[in-house]
Amino acid sequence: MTQALVLVAHGSHLNPDSSTPTYEHADTIRETGVFDEVATGFWKEEPSLREVLRTVESDEVYVVPLFVSEGYFTEQVIPRELRLDGWDVADWESDGISADVATYTATDTGQTVHYCGPVGTHRTMTDVIVRRAETVTGDPDVGEGFGLAVVGHGTERNENSAKAIQYHADRVRELDRFDEVRDLYMDEDPEVDDVAEFFETDDVVLVPLFIADGYHTEEDIPEDVGLTDDYREGYDVPATVGGRRIWYAGAVGTEPLLADVALERAADAGADVGDAVADVREATRVVEAAADDEPAAGDDGEAVTESDDGEAVADGGRPTAAAAGTERDDTTAEEAGE
Amino acid sequence: MHDGQFDALVAAASDAGVPAAAPGVDFDGLRVERTAEGFTFETPATTATGLDRAQLREHAADSPYVTNWYFWQWTVRNPESPRRAFCRRLEGAPIETGVDHGDDSESGDAKDDTESDVEGDDLSVDTDDHDGAVDTPAGETHGVPERYDVLADGAVTEWGQLRIEARLAADGERVYEVRHVDDAETDRAALTTHEDPLDAREVAKTDERDRYRPLKTAPTLQSGWVFPDLGWREVAQTVETFYPATVANWYRERRGELDVDHWRDTVSRQTGIYGVVKTWDRGEGHEHVNWVAESCCDDSQCLKRREWQYDDETELAVDGGDGQFPCREPCSVVITAARKWTRLESEQPRTYELELTPSEKEQLEAVIDAVADGRADEIREADVKDDANRYRTRFLRAKLFDDDGNLAGVPTEPDEAE
Repeated sequence: MTQALVLVAHGSHLNPDSSTPTYEHADTIRETGVFDEVATGFWKEEPSLREVLRTVESDEVYVVPLFVSEGYFTEQVIPRELRLDGWDVADWESDGISADVATYTATDTGQTVHYCGPVGTHRTMTDVIVRRAETVTGDPDVGEGFGLAVVGHGTERNENSAKAIQYHADRVRELDRFDEVRDLYMDEDPEVDDVAEFFETDDVVLVPLFIADGYHTEEDIPEDVGLTDDYREGYDVPATVGGRRIWYAGAVGTEPLLADVALERAADAGADVGDAVADVREATRVVEAAADDEPAAGDDGEAVTESDDGEAVADGGRPTAAAAGTERDDTTAEEAGE
Repeated sequence: MHDGQFDALVAAASDAGVPAAAPGVDFDGLRVERTAEGFTFETPATTATGLDRAQLREHAADSPYVTNWYFWQWTVRNPESPRRAFCRRLEGAPIETGVDHGDDSESGDAKDDTESDVEGDDLSVDTDDHDGAVDTPAGETHGVPERYDVLADGAVTEWGQLRIEARLAADGERVYEVRHVDDAETDRAALTTHEDPLDAREVAKTDERDRYRPLKTAPTLQSGWVFPDLGWREVAQTVETFYPATVANWYRERRGELDVDHWRDTVSRQTGIYGVVKTWDRGEGHEHVNWVAESCCDDSQCLKRREWQYDDETELAVDGGDGQFPCREPCSVVITAARKWTRLESEQPRTYELELTPSEKEQLEAVIDAVADGRADEIREADVKDDANRYRTRFLRAKLFDDDGNLAGVPTEPDEAE
């Protein structure tokens, strides 16, 4: 009996770095040697979600979506494209952030597929957010005197997206490590634009809960927050906005520790991962000396979370019948109605 | 042959050895049996019976059949594996067809009628005449000694834009080299060397001009690199990294098991922003799908051979191409483009009246051709004889566009003229 891990992600037709974090996390897990095979599949790149299962020969396949929240992609697109016949979102028994695993036989390959919840809602994602703060500040003990903002896309159509942000913000708050913790959004209140007003600490770490850097994390948020007037001119980390030092971390999904969350997802689903979780944590931890190597924000990979038309990104929100056609792009309503 | 290989041969002949999936020795022309009277050693050229262990060893010692058997049955194993089949193809070895899937095969896959596979016959010939390309190093299947002769010099196969060379190493091991077909004659030392198959992700990411390649099977793979010494797993992984899922789909096709999702199948399962493409099929024929295929699925744009049609019963009029590996459904690039075209094609035509000289009309046609064929960058700076020359085009714009960019001063929206 052999076991494979398949990481599935959005990918892009336009952005060459969209898939980079997915590849890097796959490589990290591959190096642990606990899976006989580690593969990647994409909605917009190859191998496609339709064909990724046939690229692995193992009998047991653990599929982990590199998405932020439960919603359209994790509940509709991925199971459909993987041909998990019999898929019913109810099998996840999730309240919107608690999906763990549902097991099916893939009609395409006959493999046993353990379809896991997305990395974004796993409890250990909280650790990645905190780790991201450590990485961007270069301080493994960062916390005292600092505020932390978990930033999501947010949208009224996307209830689960906000749930995931709130969930992790609450968990970081419970750590009692940062002076203040807030959840902020691009498209709903409280808005990230006003970040300086929400904090009283001099230093604020801004961690966007996105899988890869791209349009939103590299252009929108830096401009909205006021880190820069024009993203093409770049910005400092930290940059002073409204009297506060803003440590902009870029997409959380580019943090090497995210590999650990994918492993945990597979382990929760029954995969034998041995000591790999601890090994990955050790291999990806921040040490003080690493601060010198810290790349400028925005240097480390790019967007997965948006599609080629720049359409809304953060996965989430079970689309209603009426919303299904409009969820991903405001322009679709007119087309659907033609 | 080394001692381990001989021991494995004896163990397998005695039915005592692993792998359990391949008991006994009856493979690629080699038969070895152990009976009460001793060992039997049989190849197309030799039959010897009643052998003791030392005599068997003498027969086996220099036999390519033995190291060949060891390589495939002990090193590679996995008789049902697409990767194994692919590696067999790389040296022109017959490819096992596995179990009889006759009842399960896709009825729509008429191409498999040309297969000459004989189920259960290890020596069946892989004619694999799906593709016009050379399927085996010499275009035909070889017996083991002949195959070894070819492997000694390097058996060469092309797979898309990959040139794959299989060579014989010590004791019947194989090593493989992968490079761009355009680098066939280039000294290895002049190429950038890669050891890790996954390096192919970076090589394949951008074209010669450093532009992102969203479609892995676009015929724009950059050259100048080599994966020089790969094992059998690594060569398969390298190929699958350059061209994901092509080995799996090729294997399914040659077993008559390729599952094709036609345009209607694929479009009908789209949701979200792609659901709109469903509205493009309005019961007015499928000419638009021909246009899609002609735009995207031509050999000049993609190395896959399009097997999908409009639906089960309706073939597209456009040729599917000559690629070795099949395309089993409209890809995400096609669906994304189709979404855009669905929107554009929902517009109603209008009549515009504008004046052009005959040469100007022809020039517009030539500009469209040049862009569509990717030729614009090749037109020489001062070649004003070429209709799509940049100066010619700039002249046309200077003369014909008004300040708002309207061709011949004719506004796009009628009411803008007022």
